[in-house]
Amino acid sequence: MKSKRLDIAQVASFLRDGMTIMYGGFMGNGTPPRLMQAILDSGVKDLTMIGDDTAFSDATKGPEGVGLLIRNHRVKKMITGHVGLNKEAQRQMIAGEMEIELSPIGTIAERIRAGGSGLGGVLTPTGVGTSVGDVEMDISVNGQKFNKKQTININGKDYLLELPLTADLAVLEAVMADKMGNLVYYTSMRNHNPLMALAAKTVIVEAHQIVEVGCIDPDHVMTPGVLVDHIVYPA
Amino acid sequence: MSKEMSAKEFIARRIALELRDGDVVNLGIGLPTLVANYLPPSVHLMLQSENGFLGIGPVPEEITPIGQPRIVNAGGAPCSIIPGGSTFDTSISFALMRGGHLDACVLGGLQVDENADLANWMVPGKSVPGMGGAMDLAVGARQVIVAMEHTAKGEKKILKKCDLPLTAKGRVSTIVTEKALFRFHDGKLVLEEYAPGVTVEEIRADTEAAFTVSSELKEMVISQVGL
Repeated sequence: MKSKRLDIAQVASFLRDGMTIMYGGFMGNGTPPRLMQAILDSGVKDLTMIGDDTAFSDATKGPEGVGLLIRNHRVKKMITGHVGLNKEAQRQMIAGEMEIELSPIGTIAERIRAGGSGLGGVLTPTGVGTSVGDVEMDISVNGQKFNKKQTININGKDYLLELPLTADLAVLEAVMADKMGNLVYYTSMRNHNPLMALAAKTVIVEAHQIVEVGCIDPDHVMTPGVLVDHIVYPA
Repeated sequence: MSKEMSAKEFIARRIALELRDGDVVNLGIGLPTLVANYLPPSVHLMLQSENGFLGIGPVPEEITPIGQPRIVNAGGAPCSIIPGGSTFDTSISFALMRGGHLDACVLGGLQVDENADLANWMVPGKSVPGMGGAMDLAVGARQVIVAMEHTAKGEKKILKKCDLPLTAKGRVSTIVTEKALFRFHDGKLVLEEYAPGVTVEEIRADTEAAFTVSSELKEMVISQVGL
């Protein structure tokens, strides 16, 4: 079987300007730090980044996560649920230097899951009657064109039609991987990682520990290795 | 309300008596988090952390450095998971909220109106942190308890209609302030409790929303834990 091992220096070969990247993590917990650094070092720009939040700008509070790319002006657009603990992300958003689509976190998770699961979209009650429903977008429903997110009433209840999210690349962090890419996460570091593994054309995982195939009980695998393309081994 | 006790502590102490042993609850960041400090000893909750687990435990004695695998809460701060806790991905975590699997959530509030609408996630031009998990919580938890001070620098917060961007429409169950406890019954706002020393007239003067006074109106009782 072809090895999935990837040298960190080879990550750049998967990157190009203007691409869309999903990154695992919740407040940087579960965001792969060496992969974020490799993206920065590659020099790519105009990225669309999809993830839970923009983590911390204060390094004493927690990891910088995607903030590393934001601070270095590599991000053109963010799709995320929270920017409140990253002052630079807020500044770039308010100054119009970076486009931000703010979305409820549960909606982001389900859009990613839909994107990776072959679903046409998700109907969610979250955000009905709020500004989340006012997002301008081009959408065609049953051949009819609209320029706004659609609210759909089913059996008397309103839902927002949220469309699937996919990406060119997902960068994930796992605490353990076997050489086939079967993954185990640690507690709160799991978050969006397993969903993103489904939704990107290429999936690169940064693992803390590599074990031989067969060492992880199939019942304990949290992301099946068939979804993982490349593994960056521990430094 | 005792003179030494802050409004926030008073509110948290009252909400601590709203929750029942065994309840699955999500406490929002800030004032709502304080509620856990005042639970009666007989009440054990299963607290949800939206980043992917049930069973939030105390801050560990030894904190794992940033960059090593560690457990953090929804605010990204180190914590632990109690025995009986469980971990899962974000999709399951928000399914617990949206799917009605939480007995209650306690959220901070900027404004609540007489239609049970809640605004708590942004002040245009001032603070745009993002809604995070607030909208999913407000739309899905079986009870939505809003913990907030009755007024903000003299500005009323319980209104006829919220003028800040909404978090959710028609979802608030209970409002607890340092002056009063209101509940929505069949979509109507009802004053059920007043804080010691506070009159209904005073509450009316500080509340823009129309409300009725419960026939069983009573004085608020708060948790005495640690007093």
